[in-house]
Amino acid sequence: MAYDLKLRVWRGDAEGGDLTDYTVEVSEGEVVLDALHRLQATQTGDLAIRWNCKAGKCGSCSAEVNGRPRLMCMTRLSDFDPAETITVTPMRTFPVIRDLVTDVSFNYEKARELPYAELGPRDPDGKRRMMQVDVERGQEFRKCIECYLCQDVCHVVRDHEDNKQHFAGPRFFIRYAELDMHPLDTHDRRRLAQDAAGLGMCNITKCCTEVCPEGIRITDNGIIPMKERVVDRKYDPLVWLGNKIGLRNRDDDGRTEV
Amino acid sequence: MTGNEMSPEARGGMERHSYDVVVIGAGGAGLRAAIAAHEAGARTAVVCKSLLGKAHTVMAEGGAAAALGNRWPEDTWQVHFRDTMRGGKMLNNWRMAQLHAQEAPERVLELEDWGALFDRTEDGLISQRDFGGHRYARLAHVGDRTGLELIRTLQQRTVQLGIDVFMECTVTEVLKQEGQVAGAFGYWRETGRFITFEAPSVILATGGIGKSYKVTSNSWEYTGDGHALALRAGASLINMEFVQFHPTGMVWPPSVKGLLVTESVRGDGGILRNSQGARFMFDYIPDFFRAETADTEEEADAWYEDKKNNRRPPELLPRDEVARAINSEIKAGRGSPHGGIYLDIASRRDADYIRKRLPSMYHQFKELADVDITAEPMEIGPTCHYVMGGVEVDPDSQQSAVTGLYAAGEVSGGMHGSNRLGGNSLSDLLVFGKRAGEAAAAHATSLDQRGQRPVVDEADVKAAQADALAPFEVSAGPGGGGENPYTIQHDLQQSMNDLVGIIRTATELEASLAELERLKQRADRMVVEGHRQYNPGWHLALDLRNMLLVSECIAKAALARQESRGGHTRDDFPGPDPEWGAKNLVLSLDEAGTGVDIAEKPLPTMPDDLQQLFEDK
Amino acid sequence: MATTDHGVTSPGRAHIEARTLRQDRWWQSPLATFVVFSGFVVFATIRAFMGRDYYATPYLSPFYSPCLGDCVEGASDFGQPFAWWPLSAALIILVFPLGFRMTCYYYRKAYYRAFWLSPPACGVAEPHTSYSGETRFPLILQNVHRWFWYAAVVVGLVLTFDVVLAFRPMPAEYALGDGETSGIHMGLGTLLMLVNVVLIWLYTLSCHSCRHVVGGRLRHFSKHPVRYRLWTWVSRLNTSHGRWAWYSLFSVAVVDFYIFLLATGRIQDVRFF
Ligand SMILES: Cc1cc2nc3c(=O)[nH]c(=O)nc-3n(C[C@H](O)[C@H](O)[C@H](O)COP(=O)(O)OP(=O)(O)OC[C@H]3O[C@@H](n4cnc5c(N)ncnc54)[C@H](O)[C@@H]3O)c2cc1C
Ligand code: SF4
Ligand code: SF4
Ligand code: FES
Ligand code: FES
Repeated sequence: MAYDLKLRVWRGDAEGGDLTDYTVEVSEGEVVLDALHRLQATQTGDLAIRWNCKAGKCGSCSAEVNGRPRLMCMTRLSDFDPAETITVTPMRTFPVIRDLVTDVSFNYEKARELPYAELGPRDPDGKRRMMQVDVERGQEFRKCIECYLCQDVCHVVRDHEDNKQHFAGPRFFIRYAELDMHPLDTHDRRRLAQDAAGLGMCNITKCCTEVCPEGIRITDNGIIPMKERVVDRKYDPLVWLGNKIGLRNRDDDGRTEV
Repeated sequence: MTGNEMSPEARGGMERHSYDVVVIGAGGAGLRAAIAAHEAGARTAVVCKSLLGKAHTVMAEGGAAAALGNRWPEDTWQVHFRDTMRGGKMLNNWRMAQLHAQEAPERVLELEDWGALFDRTEDGLISQRDFGGHRYARLAHVGDRTGLELIRTLQQRTVQLGIDVFMECTVTEVLKQEGQVAGAFGYWRETGRFITFEAPSVILATGGIGKSYKVTSNSWEYTGDGHALALRAGASLINMEFVQFHPTGMVWPPSVKGLLVTESVRGDGGILRNSQGARFMFDYIPDFFRAETADTEEEADAWYEDKKNNRRPPELLPRDEVARAINSEIKAGRGSPHGGIYLDIASRRDADYIRKRLPSMYHQFKELADVDITAEPMEIGPTCHYVMGGVEVDPDSQQSAVTGLYAAGEVSGGMHGSNRLGGNSLSDLLVFGKRAGEAAAAHATSLDQRGQRPVVDEADVKAAQADALAPFEVSAGPGGGGENPYTIQHDLQQSMNDLVGIIRTATELEASLAELERLKQRADRMVVEGHRQYNPGWHLALDLRNMLLVSECIAKAALARQESRGGHTRDDFPGPDPEWGAKNLVLSLDEAGTGVDIAEKPLPTMPDDLQQLFEDK
Repeated sequence: MATTDHGVTSPGRAHIEARTLRQDRWWQSPLATFVVFSGFVVFATIRAFMGRDYYATPYLSPFYSPCLGDCVEGASDFGQPFAWWPLSAALIILVFPLGFRMTCYYYRKAYYRAFWLSPPACGVAEPHTSYSGETRFPLILQNVHRWFWYAAVVVGLVLTFDVVLAFRPMPAEYALGDGETSGIHMGLGTLLMLVNVVLIWLYTLSCHSCRHVVGGRLRHFSKHPVRYRLWTWVSRLNTSHGRWAWYSLFSVAVVDFYIFLLATGRIQDVRFF
């Protein structure tokens, strides 16, 4: 079941580059990354690609296949017509380094600006107790493999270079959400999320959720609940009233705003 | 433009940095070491070949073994220690196994302090799951993505502490002055620019060697860099003949051959069958484990619910046993169409349970093989997974024979003996990462107090530079033979797989050594295309030298050890030999610096109180 | 609509001219949204401004419920506090459902994509040169969605009451057979209103704000088992919130149109009993 695949790969660097056509033999059950590896081993030894696990676990091989942000190792050739030309380009939101490799330092810089977990003391026996239902929401977000495809597709930065400064992006909104839902964490980061991370820039158009290879429901379970939490703090009349008359939920007690 | 036209000075010259501790590798071991060194007050840097958070640790699935006693209060460090030693067929360094068993629980709890969210028991404690070779359910886990949780937690901690990270930067040489570590030399993958670190303490945490095999669960990073760096720096390796073949890797389609299928599938109820539908593991229970293994299907199945009154299913024997059994079944012609055997959980657990407990396996088979594991069995076969061998270190400080050079994680040797138990690696990373980091920081401080920091010799840097550029030189030189690094790598992987695989014989091992010599010569004539900027061809050419050196270590040690034990099985010496069971094989660089020498060394003796643990039962 | 140097063609990024390399028909879904929405808006505007043909005993159009202005006889079940209002009675209350839907997280996605092209589809460059999301006036007002949700619950109750009324016995002149004037009644209109109110409730209860209010805001589900249960239910509904948004939009229009046809005498109600 081997056949010749027509590939169009973006080759070049920050100074410029072009889509280049190749033909490479592929066989049944292969993924786009296999085709590129064969290309690398037989025709273009210096084709730059980033990858590690080849199993959708590490989030290294992010690129755009036919204009859609995908993991190359999880994009099966059988999803395409054998006669079709498959176009592979680097992620178009980040500066390119070479060929399919982009400079994703934007994300690492944002990670550095992020608050961290700050738990209270352990129980007297030296262990911590958290119930499964209480950690489950956070666990969904911790499935993130940091492929940054969501950051790549998000139009806030994809289409507006200048927004990069004030916008942490969906990957980090779910980190805020994770911490805010942590049953033992002691910080309140809602103000930070709105101000420093630029939660308000997101217009919930959900592209991040569409591309997430881990199937994390970034918008529904992360961003929107975070926006709602910000509303709790700032815009909800009943919450405000409740606070005034001392009728309020104590679930958030013991947290300090950072 | 080729690399040799671009002088290192072309872009502002060589980069230089000065630290107290430089950690090579950003997997679990490297990051834990860096955190420890930083907390001990050392100025610390982490260097890694990939981006931060992509190291192999991210792929670990099953869990981290630690005797927390959350599921089974009977579980203590002594039981864990005993399991580890028995799993390694008593060849482990007892002191390392002891420290590991004692300190693992606290290391795991620490992760929780830093934000990790493990799966919970009904009481809200960290849940623990069953794995091969562990007497009690002991693996702290998060679904089947425990490694991700571990590395992400450590990564976030590293970032929070403000430790400097050099990503996509490969170290090619450890620099020394008068027998002591003085620093490290490497290049930025992105630009090809060179970089020198000045540091009195260097910690190797570079992981394993699996990329030397064709069928492997390991990624391109596993080229044995740390093993080779240590050899070249003058340190020695032990136990290199012990390579772990994981019993369950994917076999179909070809593009994912070798990809790991986590042991948790068996821990959660999956069983192995051959093409005739027989649950064959009952035929392969070795005497060593007979007393604690079930011999009927009823008992085996009952064990999942009632561990007190039943013995473990044979599917959960240590990995070497299961891998060998599968290998024999396939050889006997009872394999599946694609040359594997069947791993079946679909007929034993309901679909919801499977999806909940094994989400990423479900995903992996669905996406890559079109197999729904809740409805049909998986086809699996052994795959190269882990190297037990590594740098010989002091068990308490993880320092190698070279002052200032430390090793932790998969790159270090001794802890796992001849076979590693599943889940013992992740905890190993944490325990010994921390110890290495602390010792390295202390070493830097003590040197400073004495005002004796070694300095990097410029001549060494020049030499390292020339070495790194050699693959470009060859292509330009006369008679540049035109060998493609990818082809050499492919041939190496094929020959290691065929000749130094699960089952070994003297003739095949000798043939492999001859082939390795030929490959070394071919490697001298490699041609590298293009320039130094993000050039995978060049990177491979440099890594290939390490792969060849390490492969030679494995083949030489495998030929020397005339017995079968753990991860090393000799067809011509099928049983274990007590005499061999009392010694390690130690490898070091030979005079010429192109090959390795081998020597025997007796195992350290276990103190009586620990010895006692094996006699009670 | 060439994008200049601020988006995918910014300096430093891989040099590719095309706004998108997608080859599928990505424009289909925003286009469909655009057409259907525009259709609804036109229809709703006309009906809301008409100020008549919204009541056909015993059915009241959801666009006019509760009818608080100078309404036709039988339509006002909650009095006529705004009897002085000179315009259509729909305009008094329509701000609530309108505001609710305009600030709905699902509709926001739909209209940002289809009308504002921000972005038209994933991986397709948007035409605007600058973007500030929902951080400034007027879009910062989207944050008041929860207020509208509180209102929507009230509206939902009123509409439910309307359905109950739609079962009420018919006056003599509408009698089916001989002298049937008592006992409850059900016609196609009742059925439509019933379906509509069910969809409205599904839509209202699957709202993200609802999900947050019933339990989402908690950090310790384990300490609030009842709210956790509620939250799981709402979460399940919430996964199809977009579907309920569309269905309830259609059902409102259908009910109103049916009542319009009845009120103008173009058709007769189908009576079941
Ligand atoms: C698929 C899979 C599943 C596994 N599941 C489990 C499990 O369930 N439980 C368990 O206990 N163990 C498991 N293991 C084993 C365990 O994951 C590894 O042994 C462990 O992660 C190794 O960690 P490490 O820190 O030693 O190295 P790694 O995490 O591999 O990190 C190596 C680091 O060194 C860097 N590096 C290498 N060479 C250089 C160089 N020359 N210069 C600079 N940097 C360099 C790399 O970039 C990388 O950052 C699994 C392994 C695999 C492959
Ligand atoms: S939903 Fe928000 S964060 Fe996600 S892609 Fe859209 S704008 Fe970006
Ligand atoms: S949230 Fe999903 S898309 Fe975004 S980085 Fe994580 S895994 Fe990738
Ligand atoms: S290579 Fe790891 S996700 Fe594709
Ligand atoms: S109604 Fe759609 S989110 Fe509230």
